[in-house]
Amino acid sequence: MRALIYLVLTLCALFYMLPLYVMLVNSVKPLDEITGGGMMNLPQVFTLVPWARAWSSAQIGVEPTGLSPYFWNSIRMVVPAVAISTLLGALNGYVLTKWRFKYDTILFGLMLFACFIPFQVVLIPMARMLGLMGLAGTTRGLVLVHVVYGVGFTTLYFRNYYAFFPTELVRAAQIDGAGFFRIFWRILLPSSGPIAVVSIIWQFTNIWNDFLFGASFADANSQPMTVALNNLVQASHGVKEYNVHFAGAILAAMPTLLVYIVAGRYFVRGLMAGSVKG
Amino acid sequence: MAVSARMDFKSRLRIWLPKLVLSPSLAMVLVFVYGFIAFSVYLSFTDSRLLPSYGWVGWENYSKLWRLSHWEISLANMGIFAALYIGSCTALGLGLAIFLDQKIRIEGVLRTIYLYPMALSFIVTGTAWKWFLDPGIGLENVMQTWGWETFGFDWIKNRNLAIYTVVLAAVWQTSGFVMAMFLAGLRGIDNEIIKAAQIDGASNWNLYRRIVIPQLRPAFLSAFVILGHLAIKTFDLVIALTGGGPGRATELPATFMYSYAFTRNQMGIGAASATIMLMTIAAIMIPYLYAELREKR
Amino acid sequence: MGFLDIDNATKSYGSVRVLHNVDISVEEGEFLALVGPSGCGKSTLLNMIAGLEEITSGEIRIRGAVMNGVHPSKRNIAMVFQSYALYPNMTAGQNITFGLEMHGVPKARREQARQRVARLLQIEHLLNRKPGSLSGGQRQRVAMGRALVRNPDVFLFDEPLSNLDAKLRVDMRTEIKKLHQTLGTTVIYVTHDQIEAMTLSTRIAVMNGGYVQQLGKPQEIYDTPANIFVATFMGSPAMNVLPARVMMEGTAPVAETALHDGTPVRMPFSQANLAQWAGRDILLGIRPESITDENTADRTSGNIARLTNRVVITEPAGSDTFAIMTLGGRDVIARMRSDAKVAPGIDFTFAVNMEKAVAFDPETKERIAS
Repeated sequence: MRALIYLVLTLCALFYMLPLYVMLVNSVKPLDEITGGGMMNLPQVFTLVPWARAWSSAQIGVEPTGLSPYFWNSIRMVVPAVAISTLLGALNGYVLTKWRFKYDTILFGLMLFACFIPFQVVLIPMARMLGLMGLAGTTRGLVLVHVVYGVGFTTLYFRNYYAFFPTELVRAAQIDGAGFFRIFWRILLPSSGPIAVVSIIWQFTNIWNDFLFGASFADANSQPMTVALNNLVQASHGVKEYNVHFAGAILAAMPTLLVYIVAGRYFVRGLMAGSVKG
Repeated sequence: MAVSARMDFKSRLRIWLPKLVLSPSLAMVLVFVYGFIAFSVYLSFTDSRLLPSYGWVGWENYSKLWRLSHWEISLANMGIFAALYIGSCTALGLGLAIFLDQKIRIEGVLRTIYLYPMALSFIVTGTAWKWFLDPGIGLENVMQTWGWETFGFDWIKNRNLAIYTVVLAAVWQTSGFVMAMFLAGLRGIDNEIIKAAQIDGASNWNLYRRIVIPQLRPAFLSAFVILGHLAIKTFDLVIALTGGGPGRATELPATFMYSYAFTRNQMGIGAASATIMLMTIAAIMIPYLYAELREKR
Repeated sequence: MGFLDIDNATKSYGSVRVLHNVDISVEEGEFLALVGPSGCGKSTLLNMIAGLEEITSGEIRIRGAVMNGVHPSKRNIAMVFQSYALYPNMTAGQNITFGLEMHGVPKARREQARQRVARLLQIEHLLNRKPGSLSGGQRQRVAMGRALVRNPDVFLFDEPLSNLDAKLRVDMRTEIKKLHQTLGTTVIYVTHDQIEAMTLSTRIAVMNGGYVQQLGKPQEIYDTPANIFVATFMGSPAMNVLPARVMMEGTAPVAETALHDGTPVRMPFSQANLAQWAGRDILLGIRPESITDENTADRTSGNIARLTNRVVITEPAGSDTFAIMTLGGRDVIARMRSDAKVAPGIDFTFAVNMEKAVAFDPETKERIAS
């Protein structure tokens, strides 16, 4: 019985590992090994050329730039978007738990629902708005978009976390004479490490992996990694360089995968908090 | 009591400060979410095509939409996809969670393996599966070179079967997440209840069927809601895996909306389809969020 | 006008009124205990004094200055919380001086104050530790230190001992009393533990359902409770309350009630004015220690009634033994010396100190004044 359980679990593990295996082995072999039916085999000739091509010389759209400029586009978009949305979420969570007022739960509900809408419904007006604000096709525009649609989640995290933070501490600090921001900086924030990590990881993963907003609102100078990867893979001209596609896919997956491996515990916590809110 | 008269500017600021801090986020959400929703809904009643235009056409876009075979295919695909996706993820997730809950020695490693696809972009997932399932170089080709000459697996190129490859890749991506949700639910069950059931002589099968799984109801509900809303929003995966094809075989409402609004210059119809998507998700999410937020009172 | 005046204060949440017209005036140096069951409004009242909750109507004044709408940190109060509310990210020493820092006290003066308080509370060796590594009793001391360092006009204590184990609680109780005697600062002390209230305070406000039921010195409240709620809430075991009828023997009123088998029994009242209740039902309140064996009966009392009744059960408690009988159809507890010859099932002669008995109006549940 136990052997059967282990067998099933192992087979499933192989199923989950399969695409990663396929991507890895095929990203380091010459193209003819793949087209010759050797997709599942370990490489006979080991080569890093596909990685080099994917990074710096593959044809993306019209330019043979490789994925590297888009990688930096993504970084320039992700870092401020994560920082701003997490900070806003922390402040919102603080207000919503420690400075409660009438109808605050309804307001929070409105913010939270915003995370779940199909973003198709805001694409058209958002494109217009970014145009009006002069942010169309810019990284700053994408940062704005990701902050707007991410702040509900970050607020959720901090709100749930601060709900368990003893309100008596806030009261003690009030009696001690600390004001609104002082209480936040000196009392709450120093204890917010774990949830800040959760929020940062969640936002980082989501924003890095986003495709819809990148495809809709970015131009060639601000397109993120995911859009570039899709352009690389979907390119209809020339020989399909599968090994380069796989190397590119790994490059696009690398940052989030690293975060997952290093801080998987927090990643899972964020995932759970986003689903089971109770 | 003249309480307010006694209050100077500073104390009044102190009272308003929390709301002031909340207001930028709130304003953003009100404008960029609810304002935009209103605008999109409005557009769906106009004759907008390439650009927004404000000629009122009533329900015309909606009636056009429902006559489009393209939309009909998207909806049919959505039905197949959502049912199989939610069903398979739940079954696989629950099964893995129960198996993992049997004091498995390498649980940590296995959990990490089952869950890592959640960290990947759908574009990456789509790329990997696209080439793995490609009959020319992928599984079919591999099996044939390994000597299984008659092996055929060309679903991704087959109009009738391509949608199932989308299901496969999507299940691969999210079932680990569902597993984690069920595992958390299992770990939350009072151990003494399980001991009591064992003393009552319940077999393992009955223990799970009668005692454990019924207690996972909240996890089932959460899984259903999360998977349901993910299903409706599925977009990137289709773009990367099949591009909606072959033909229109894997079009979903999200890809439909995108192509009508941005490449076919039928903004009114695109807005109408987005509105319908929104309504569907709202029907799932609003009762759920309402219940979740109310309980804490 | 007192040092701290609570003047007709009420508190409502929406349409729900949780505090009704509270009037309490506290003199400087007093130790006032607010006692009552959970949900009686005592903590709300304390938070209103602290300024952590707004006052719906009425006024709170400290040293004559109206405090409504004044920020907590500007009221010159200090508070010790039930959970101690120590800032987890700061050391004990930083916790103590955080308030001074917020008020812009220079570092040297803060350091001085910290040393003074630490010496007073004997926590010098704990100052560099984080709250997480302190025991319950040590946290309690740090929390008190944080309150003391401010030299406040009023100390507010919100159930400060309820998170400690029984032994520590008694020790800290003594400590708080000593501290109050040394410093002489005014204290408002919230507790649900009537023994804490009795032992610590100079006056007690017993609260229930948002009303102050009785305000008075501990002994007053114990001996002449205003109503049945106060009578049964204060004292452990609780005061016996049993139905009786006022009868007249000549001009003297007596209480008639029934033994376990229904036989009527009469006990003379010390309160002459109960003659007005002749022929009517009352509720008779007798504290357990007023029912003893004949030898232990209070020799200074001029009114000991005797009755022989069946003992239902005995509960030896070390120093005393409690004997339970049926009187007037109720379980009635008697507090006996531990060597008294009581045993379940026997008939025993009890001595009842009727000088200490009180009578309640069964309709209003109020004590019938003497």
